[in-house]
Amino acid sequence: MTALLATSGLTAFYGDFQALFSVDLTVEAGEAVAIIGANGAGKSTLLRTICGLLSAAPERIRYRGEAIGSLSPADIVTRGIALVPEGRKLFASLSVEENLLMGQQCGRKGPWHLERVYALFPMLRERRHQPATSLSGGQQQMAAIGRALMTNPDLLLCDEISLGLAPIVIRDVYAALPGIRAEGTTLVVVEQDIARALGVADRVYCLQEGRVTLEGRPATLTREQIKLAYFGV
Amino acid sequence: MDWVNAIVQGALVGGLYALFAAGLSLMFGVMRLVNIAHGDLIVLAAYLGLVVVNATGLGPFLSLIIVVPVMFVLGYILQRGLLNFTLGGDILPPLLVTFGLSIIIQNALLEGFSADDQKLQAGNFETASLHITDQLAIGWFPFAIFLTALAVIGLLEFMLYRTALGRAFRATSDDSDTARLYGVRNRHVYSMATALALAVISIAAIFLAVRVNFDPASGPARLLYAFEAVIIGGLGSLWGTLAGGVVLGVAQAIGAQLNPGWEQLAGHVAFLLVLIVRPRGLFPRLVDG
Amino acid sequence: MKTTAVPLPTFRVERSTRTSWLGLVLAIAGVALLISLPWWGGEDDLRLVVEICYTLALAQLWNLLAGFAGLVSVGQQAFVGLGGYALFALTIIAKVPPIPAVALAGIVAAVLAVPTALIVFRLRGAYFAIGTWVMAELFSEIMGQLPDLGAGTGMSLPVAISRAVGATVYERETVLYYMGLVLGIGTVVLVFAWLRSRQGLALTAIRDSEIAAGSIGVNSARTKFAVYLLAALITGMVGALIYLENLRISPDAAFDVIDWTADIIFIVVIGGIGSIEGPFVGALVFFALRYFLADYGAWYMILLGAVAVIIMLLAPRGLWGLLSDRYDIHFFPVRRRVRLE
Repeated sequence: MTALLATSGLTAFYGDFQALFSVDLTVEAGEAVAIIGANGAGKSTLLRTICGLLSAAPERIRYRGEAIGSLSPADIVTRGIALVPEGRKLFASLSVEENLLMGQQCGRKGPWHLERVYALFPMLRERRHQPATSLSGGQQQMAAIGRALMTNPDLLLCDEISLGLAPIVIRDVYAALPGIRAEGTTLVVVEQDIARALGVADRVYCLQEGRVTLEGRPATLTREQIKLAYFGV
Repeated sequence: MDWVNAIVQGALVGGLYALFAAGLSLMFGVMRLVNIAHGDLIVLAAYLGLVVVNATGLGPFLSLIIVVPVMFVLGYILQRGLLNFTLGGDILPPLLVTFGLSIIIQNALLEGFSADDQKLQAGNFETASLHITDQLAIGWFPFAIFLTALAVIGLLEFMLYRTALGRAFRATSDDSDTARLYGVRNRHVYSMATALALAVISIAAIFLAVRVNFDPASGPARLLYAFEAVIIGGLGSLWGTLAGGVVLGVAQAIGAQLNPGWEQLAGHVAFLLVLIVRPRGLFPRLVDG
Repeated sequence: MKTTAVPLPTFRVERSTRTSWLGLVLAIAGVALLISLPWWGGEDDLRLVVEICYTLALAQLWNLLAGFAGLVSVGQQAFVGLGGYALFALTIIAKVPPIPAVALAGIVAAVLAVPTALIVFRLRGAYFAIGTWVMAELFSEIMGQLPDLGAGTGMSLPVAISRAVGATVYERETVLYYMGLVLGIGTVVLVFAWLRSRQGLALTAIRDSEIAAGSIGVNSARTKFAVYLLAALITGMVGALIYLENLRISPDAAFDVIDWTADIIFIVVIGGIGSIEGPFVGALVFFALRYFLADYGAWYMILLGAVAVIIMLLAPRGLWGLLSDRYDIHFFPVRRRVRLE
């Protein structure tokens, strides 16, 4: 059986700067995979490349067996990969509900619609007509997840959804993930917070300076292994 | 009462300036593109109207049935085939390419239609007026201009704030990369913005062509009116742009009333005063990024 | 672990290149040739060289504004017109002799550039561009309202004033020729010197990153203001010279956006924006195209516009950019290069 998503020898560049070196990553349907790594390890770059914001050679990224490396972001989201971007990136001049509705631009059908998202994050319903910028950090993160869910993805990529949030708020945000997985959505979570990542994931990859330094199931990995892979010392 | 008449007339004609400006404002809002050829595209649409009227015998306003769709398609092609390639961080390419386009359109019209003045005829409608009192009369034609401006700007606002396309416009304006993540095809969205801008231009062009003589070199002045209306009204607000158009129209009317040679001058002076006193315009919404 | 220190490579910072010395030699020879032209050239040759000189001067100035200071003006015709009108006002009304009046006209243009800058500098980017155009229209409208200067239809320079330039036609043409030569060459030298000065370094820093330049103490607003005034000063003098030669001025012609800005922009874009060599190459192309295509009227402008659009899209640094990249030639070394030894 082919994996849902597979990268092989994936590289990425920002101008002359190489951010990823031959990254091999496999995600099976229904899994939750965590990608951990220090700041600048290339985690966000990996997600941005998968989503088409950075270009790659076509066959370096395969989704359901299809080479998607050179497709545009719009084509990729239409195939069922959605990103919750780092820093949330809500549209500042759109209301909360309009931000959610942006997820429908790609036209995919599925279980997620406005009411389902409001059921998952009830506080968004109360503020649906407010500008997205008026929300608190945690609410903005929920709106960003909701917006990605509105595309009805088969594969949801979450980039540092705990960033800048208080621990109690992080718990609320993470509490939504099981419900999302229950719909059959495959999850890739990028985190700097190792404990949080290991708690949610079936499998974990560690990146360091643009390379995969560790891969395995959380239960089988030792603290020493992770520390070495994370910091390189 | 001459004064009241002149000012009312000027305010109504301001609707025409708002129509000129709406397309400029839309294109700037969605993709930060300031189209220097805007005025020349207005004049191009006016010539297209002339051709349609001469070829089909339709009245000037009915010619819009053909002119609007043609300009819409032209706008889409222009953006997709040329202007999209100028977008990016640098302001020079869009500015200089549209400047070049402006010169090309002017000279192509000169080659095709000569430098002679042209005008579209709308018969009695041009001069008929509604008598409010013995001294105050509102021309039907300026009134129609103003009502059209209200309707067009109302429709554009509806499109921007109540439709999926409008959401895509605003989202792209905020953050085009993130918009792409959710299925917005930027190049298509930009092309739709230009297509709509040129459709609006067409309506303005026919009113212009009925109201005054035009020739291939009439474009730049229309660009400047449109620009002044946008800046007076404040960036990013279409209703502000309408107000800007009205301010400009009234200023020109007052200038013309003082001295027939001062019409243009008064408009420019009004623009400068607003720029000095309220640099962000009367009703700003968007910050110039 | 043992580390070996990597020795820092020795280097020196240099500006002159081998081609720049060649350029200097060529330039001196060319200037000598031009100085001698009145002895062996005809009246048409003199007039053509004057036109090339002021076109080149306008192109260098626009390039300084747009290519180096990021001030994309489409309103430089304001200062050509103001310079021309100032010449007429100074010579006719204030009875200033015509030759000093040309210099004074530049000062008048620069003085009027101060309030203009205060207004248009409130606008950013592309809106700045159109704002400068509005200012030019405003000045044009104002000149059209002054009966002493011919109002809307314009006026001619009295014969007595053109006689004051030179008693015979030949003498007049020769004087105007040297004035044109001084303005043309002087502008190139001035722009070159400016770009090599601290001011020029500041400009380059601003062009590369305005924020970074600000953080190391470059006052970008003041530098841009200074460039704008300098461009207005020389553009005003050029305008005065043009109308001292034309002998007739009108608002429409003096503030014409095509002649004084569109053509100039095309020259700079085609030749190569952001280099001193670019306007030379562009002017060469411009005058060659005009020589061969002058009879085609509108088609000539369509072609010129199309070439400029295509170059802007495909080779944003113009013909000179293509040439200097391929052969690494720099006649006007304004860049500092780090050379490893």
